[in-house]
This record gives sequence, structure tokens and C-alpha cells, in this order.
Amino acid sequence: MSVLLIAEVTEGALARDATAKAVSAVLDLGAVTVLVAGAGVDAAAADAAKIAGVTKVLVADDPSLAHGLAEPMAALIRDVAGDYTHFVAPGTADAKNVLPRLAAMLDVMVISDVMAVLAADTFARPVYAGNAVQTVTSSDAVKVLTVRTASFQPAADGDAAPIETVSVGADPGLSAWIEDRVTESDRPTLTSAKIVVSGGRGVGSEENFALIAALADALGAAVGASRAAVDSGFAPNDWQVGQTGKVVAPELYIAIGISGAIQHLAGMKDSKVIVAINKDEEAPIFDVADYGLVADLFDAVPRFTDAAS
Amino acid sequence: MKVLVPVKRVADYNVKIRLKADGSSVDLANVKMSMNPFDEIAVEEAVRLKEKGTVSEIVAVSIGVPQAQETLRTALAMGADRAILVTAGTDVHQDMEPLGVAKILAALVESERPDLVIAGKQAIDNDMNATGQMLAGLLGWGQATFASNLEIGDGQAVVTREVDGGLQTVSVKLPAVVTADLRLNEPRYASLPNIMKAKKKPLEEKSVSDFGLDLSPRLSVSKVAEPAGRQAGIKVASVEELIEKLKTEAGVI
Ligand SMILES: Cc1cc2nc3c(=O)[nH]c(=O)nc-3n(C[C@H](O)[C@H](O)[C@H](O)COP(=O)(O)OP(=O)(O)OC[C@H]3O[C@@H](n4cnc5c(N)ncnc54)[C@H](O)[C@@H]3O)c2cc1C
Repeated sequence: MSVLLIAEVTEGALARDATAKAVSAVLDLGAVTVLVAGAGVDAAAADAAKIAGVTKVLVADDPSLAHGLAEPMAALIRDVAGDYTHFVAPGTADAKNVLPRLAAMLDVMVISDVMAVLAADTFARPVYAGNAVQTVTSSDAVKVLTVRTASFQPAADGDAAPIETVSVGADPGLSAWIEDRVTESDRPTLTSAKIVVSGGRGVGSEENFALIAALADALGAAVGASRAAVDSGFAPNDWQVGQTGKVVAPELYIAIGISGAIQHLAGMKDSKVIVAINKDEEAPIFDVADYGLVADLFDAVPRFTDAAS
Repeated sequence: MKVLVPVKRVADYNVKIRLKADGSSVDLANVKMSMNPFDEIAVEEAVRLKEKGTVSEIVAVSIGVPQAQETLRTALAMGADRAILVTAGTDVHQDMEPLGVAKILAALVESERPDLVIAGKQAIDNDMNATGQMLAGLLGWGQATFASNLEIGDGQAVVTREVDGGLQTVSVKLPAVVTADLRLNEPRYASLPNIMKAKKKPLEEKSVSDFGLDLSPRLSVSKVAEPAGRQAGIKVASVEELIEKLKTEAGVI
């Protein structure tokens, strides 16, 4: 058995946390080769080589791979294919775009959001917004999986693995990148932060979201949001936590003005400690909160921030 | 221009699901079923393109149990022109894998020749997030997933996608597959007159066996279990008490 693991690369840099979590998920499945694909990714490849458990790094450096477009990425992975028994990637938006396409090209079924590797062919994954966990066994000759990063700890640093260059075929030319609108921030990333402070519809406006951000900054936390907050324009889309947003499992998750719909819980209920601040004492978020504070957020949050700064 | 929209019948997103006692699957007996919310968004987008004059025909397709007819009637009431139901069996607990669904859709694309397929990004039952990408892979078409904006131009679609870092805009050559994210639009409710009209729109029935494809499942589900539970904790009386507990009891700040 052997694994080809597709590294998460953001603007040419290795997303180490996500990649290293996927590595630790599959260490029992054989030697792990990491494929680093992008444009100008030598440093990313060197970083990937230092993740413990990685036995080899393949670098595919080509302008067509700069933005993670699904068509050239899937074609690249298929061409690299070789004898790998498992194709794996952290369950990021990029991987969820590429791996199902790859699986179809290989005529196998993709297995999304793996929470546990139970055997070489058997995996646990959430269904119904995480309200059930299914155990699936694949009869396909090769397995294609995305890993739910919130379920794994990142692999540590190790000795540098050898790096090889692979050739990149012609761009299929089916799609083209136009622009990225990336939310710039000095805060920790949502999926790797130790503390996440999230705001919901109760926050009321984009201006008021500054209260959430101020508390997050006082705690050195990432900022999250419910779907309702994003839909209402209070917060950018990449802050959404939940079934169809990001899945997080920090040490501390603080939900403010969030009711606790199952679709939101799906993205945060594996957090170690959950705090809820909500003025409705019946809000379902209190059913999963370790510490609940029934209060008006406009009163409680500034006081929390003051005490924490 | 012709658009194909696949729609899935799933347990309504408001339903608190229960597991079967034998742990073999989620219990769907007597559960309220609805169109997958992402597919509603996909239908809505197709209908808006038709209202703008960009699209001339919308074909809705569902693959599943005979009751998926109701889901197709909803799509027709929203504004789809005709529907194709591909019956895959009568057991409501049987969920055809995205690979099988994509193969049937690929066969329908061969016969229907749409310029665009708009699918939901994920079905809220199996949460696989795969069918659109798999269809594009099988057809060798371009794909633009997780769309929050879609503009049709000359032989191409310009799509803004929701990605981990924010938004990405790409252009994709037509024909292509686009998958709809939550913020692409807000689906309409079908009006009563449109629901009545939908009853007269054509709905063609097929069976999976008509396609002569090998659709044997690749994954077998051996168990469906409850996730690790969480107990409600305590209520604190003040911000001060909260901070105290987080510092000393939980040790997280
Ligand atoms: C297909 C689908 C996918 C979805 N995916 C997601 C997802 O990924 N993530 C997600 O979050 N949701 C998702 N949802 C939406 C989800 O169902 C809920 O609608 C959403 O989570 C509600 O957000 P909310 O809690 O902020 O808003 P509400 O439910 O409106 O709750 C607002 C809360 O704020 C409290 N409040 C108001 N004012 C104050 C105040 N001054 N002080 C203190 N508290 C106050 C209220 O008591 C209330 O509890 C999805 C839904 C569907 C159908």
C-alpha cells in the first residue's frame, strides 16, 4: 500500500496545518508521498518534506496549476498516478473541487470527509450534518478520500524527505482563473486556531461585528460566523462555520448571538470547550455549551473584551 | 441555450433525523421529504437565466424512488419546462452513490445535449459534495463548483466561487457543470397557479436498467451510528464568572 497525498497550497505557500493533519490521518496506510502542485512552489515542497511521516515529495510547478483549477489538477494527479493505492487530500474547498473529479476519471467512488481510518478500505464519515456517522467499506481498487481536518492532530516535524520534480501535461484549457478576492487578516486561520469567536444573526449588522472581532483579537482567536450572519452581509463567506462551511474543533469556541441550528452545530460541536452567549435561554446552542451565559451580547461582549485585553 | 438541473429528494433540512434500531441506516419512514436545498438554488438559477432570455429550456432530472416525482413537480412549478424521472428502486433507504448518479446524468447529457448543467453543491443527506464534479470528470467538461454568482457570456460562464480564503472568479468554457452554493440566490416559492400548471408539464419516466450501465455500488455501509454526544454544561451568571471558569476550570484562556 502507498499513499499519494495532495498538499494544500495557498498562493504558492504550503498550508502546513491542513496538510499535516491529512498526513497523520493516513500514516497507517503505507508510505506517504506528498504532491505539491502550484506555480513557484519550491519552498512549499521543502516545507512539505519536513512533515514527519512523509517519505517523498513530488513537485509539479507550472503556471496552469497556480490557482488550483480542477481540470489541470485532476489531470496532473491522474498522470502521476503510478502504483498508489490511496489518493488523499485534506478536505478543503480546493480538494473537494478536485478529488471527486479525479475519482470519476479513475472510475472509483470518492469518500468525502473521512473522520477515521478504520482499515485500508474502511472509513468513518459524517452524514446528515454530522447527526450520524457512517462506516463505509470501499471495494474500489484505489481509494480517493478527503480528510476532515478537524478530526486529526497535525503530524509533527521530521527529517527532510527527498524531493523529485514531476512533469506537467498540457493545460486542458477548459477553465481560466480571473481573480481571487481574499479576506486579508493577521488573525489565525479558522481551521487551525486554538480559539474561535463566532457571531450570528443576533449581532445585527456588519458594524456590530467589530464587537466580535475585538473579542477575538483580545483572545488571539479566529473569527467565525453563522450562515445567517454571512447571508445578511455581516461577515465574509469564508467565516461561515457549519455543515456547508468550515468545520472547526478548537480548544475554545465562543458562539455569540447564534441559536444553534443543526447545520451550525455540524461545524463546531467537536470543539473542546463551547461557550454560548445568547439572550434567549431556550436557544438550542445551550444544549451543547459547557458554559452558557444568558445575556444581551451588546452588554456582555464588550465587558468580556475589556477583561481579556 | 439548454440547461439540465439534477434534483434530489432528501429528508427536509428541518427534520431531526433518527437512526434505525439495527444501526443500518437513518430511519426515513414517515419523514418529511423535500428537494435538497442546494438543488432548489440550482433550479432557481436556471429559471432566472430563462427569465433573462439566456436560457430557452430547462430540464429537471431526478434519480431515485418513484416519489421523486414530487420533487420534479416542485422543480416544474418553480419554472423548469420538463422533467425526467429515472427510477432506481423502491426502497427509500437506498441511496445511489454520486458515481452512479453521475453516470446516469452523463448518459442523459449525451441524449439531451444541454449547454450547461447546474447542480447543487452537496446533498444534505449523504453530504458527499461530489456529483457535479464527477459528472464533469466523466464528460471531460469544465467545472465551476460552489458558485455564488453566475454570468453566461459568449461560449463561457463566468462564475464566482466560495473558497476557503474568500471568493475566486473563474471562467469556464461551455458546455460545463456549475454547482450552486448557498448564496447564489434565494429560491422562490412556487405559486399555486404554477403548481397547477406544473401538473400538466411533461414528465418522462425511465428506469436505471434502460441505461445498460454498471451501477453496482462501490461503497458498502456497514454501520450508521450516533456521533459522540455532548452534554449541556452549566449556566454562568455573569461575564466575570464566565472568565473565571474559562481560566481556572477549563484552562482555555
Ligand atoms: C442547506 C443548508 C445549509 C446550511 N448550512 C449552514 C452552515 O454551514 N452554517 C450555519 O451556521 N448555518 C447553516 N444553515 C442555516 C441554519 O439552518 C440556520 O438558519 C443558521 O445557522 C442560523 O443562524 P443564527 O444562529 O445566526 O441565526 P438565528 O437562528 O436567527 O439566531 C440568532 C440568535 O441570536 C440571539 N440574539 C439576538 N439578539 C441578541 C442579543 N442582543 N444578545 C444575545 N443574543 C441575541 C437570538 O436569541 C437567537 O438565538 C444551513 C441551512 C441550510 C438549509
